Amino acid sequence: MTRYLLQRLLGFVFVILVVSFITFFLMWKTPGGPFDETNMPLEPAAKANIIAKYGLNQPFYVQWAKYMIAAVHGDFGYSFKYPGQKVTTLFFQYWPNSLLLGGLAVLWSFPLGAVLGIVAALHRNRFLDQIITVFALITVTLPSFALAFFALAIFAVDLRWFPYGGWNPSGDPKTLVLPVIIFGLGTVGSLARYMRHGMLDVLGQDYIRTARAKGVSRTKVIVKHAMRNMLVPIVTIFGPVLTNAITGSAFVEEWFVIPGIGHFYLDSITNRDYPVIMASVLIIAVILTLTYLLTDIAYTILDPRIRLT
Amino acid sequence: MATYRLVTRKQVKPTAPTEYKVLSPFYLAWRRFRRNKLAIIGGVIVFLFLFTGIFAPIISPYPYYQTSYYTFIPPFTMPGHLLGTDDAGRDFLSRLIWGANTSLIVGFSAMTFTLVIGLVLGFLAAWYQGVVDFTVNRLLEITGSMPGLLFQILIMTMIGNGTLNVTFAIAILSWPGMVRLVRAQVLSYKDREFVEASRSLGAGTGFIAWRHILPNIINPILVSIAFGIPGFMVAEAGLSFLGYGINDPTPSWGKMLGNAGQYVQSFVYLGAYPTALLMIVFIGFSFFGDGVRDALDPSSDRIV
Repeated sequence: MTRYLLQRLLGFVFVILVVSFITFFLMWKTPGGPFDETNMPLEPAAKANIIAKYGLNQPFYVQWAKYMIAAVHGDFGYSFKYPGQKVTTLFFQYWPNSLLLGGLAVLWSFPLGAVLGIVAALHRNRFLDQIITVFALITVTLPSFALAFFALAIFAVDLRWFPYGGWNPSGDPKTLVLPVIIFGLGTVGSLARYMRHGMLDVLGQDYIRTARAKGVSRTKVIVKHAMRNMLVPIVTIFGPVLTNAITGSAFVEEWFVIPGIGHFYLDSITNRDYPVIMASVLIIAVILTLTYLLTDIAYTILDPRIRLT
Repeated sequence: MATYRLVTRKQVKPTAPTEYKVLSPFYLAWRRFRRNKLAIIGGVIVFLFLFTGIFAPIISPYPYYQTSYYTFIPPFTMPGHLLGTDDAGRDFLSRLIWGANTSLIVGFSAMTFTLVIGLVLGFLAAWYQGVVDFTVNRLLEITGSMPGLLFQILIMTMIGNGTLNVTFAIAILSWPGMVRLVRAQVLSYKDREFVEASRSLGAGTGFIAWRHILPNIINPILVSIAFGIPGFMVAEAGLSFLGYGINDPTPSWGKMLGNAGQYVQSFVYLGAYPTALLMIVFIGFSFFGDGVRDALDPSSDRIV
């Protein structure tokens, strides 16, 4: 176990280094720079000064190494767009909105998807199953930006039930409804499909038949024998769902004008705000990799047959 | 149960030896597919989409870039422009038709790229193991940890908008799934007896891969293709929606939706048509893909 964890940790460091290097390279190659002001052009000398101050005239691998060393110490630098603002400070300004959006979406969609999937499996090939299957397929397929358009056109413009975009969690909870529903819809579908499949797998096992043959009631078999084995598929899908919720959906944030990190990231790309782009990619890559690792570890706890080697 | 009848010699006719029609796996799959109503609906939608996309140059009434002074004509109000015109006075129907073309090009080219990389790297990793497998696995890990949308946008800002570029940005991050699939499949077949037998008869690696391994692993790959193409089309629509995709004046449903964002309260049709088309096509693809998966899985056949 220790050996395995060390190996994975090593792999983690390697992956983060490479990903950050590639990101840095892409940024460096991207035409345009953070100080290409069009409306307030800088004096060439002043511009050169600023560029030298931020070390932008050095070779990119030197910049990368410097950046990474600082990042390991928790220093992600200062934003170019908002001078004097630390990248971390900006992040903690935007992130709570994305977390709230993602958290609320997971909160309703995860249980609903799980229940739908189990219900579908228990009614296999009957009417209810077919309805749920089609519903799940549709929600998985439809991209959030398309759904958001119709939701806004119908419920905000036509019916005026909800405000047209905006984000005001404490003052006007109505602004939360549409984005939270749209953000969670895909999760409902994918979870329902996944759970249905997993449940059918489990229900086909011999020990379920044995338990039934022994005279254990159907409900008890499902709750005590089948559900427990459903934890593995739940953990498998919870990883991606959680990362998605944490990292925010740029599409939903764009449509509903939510100041979350998806929105923030798009802004920083437009502004060539290198430190912010770098920090976003790094933080999300770290979350992604850690989620994979935690998922793998959770398997061994839930299913003793799975061994980490 | 056979029944016996007395026959005179005259009645006996020489019968042709009973012919057994060999049903190919694909015929059996098609038979299963045919029975699935949703899959047929999906198939029809996919067919219509492909037809529209491929023959866009012929069936679109106007060039997609031709502007006019008639801007913001709503659908069904002006003869000559069936679905009206957009904010630049371009024929809306023509742009929608050409949007299918763009979507199609991006989806299929990205899939071709993914397929080539997936088959080659997946096979090499599983077949040669050792250093090759290690390297491929590290590549998979790195690509898998890149935040997809963020990287695609970053790549697009670097190389600029355009059909080819957006295909590249999507494809460059999309192959890990295919490599994993091919690798796992090849691993499960490479040590089977028939591979060994073929090798003992002197078959080379290329021959074994093509004749023995590929036919066995083709089904999951086909399923992955059926779901992958619409996935790439969604990615293109998403990037174009955000403004990092197709270049003007080339139409793309995602971009049309993105541009229509400002007209939701005034000219809602500008967003409604491309979005509705996009949704119908994606749902069609996903019904179709689901049908393909069920059809290619012989265990779903309860009649044979």
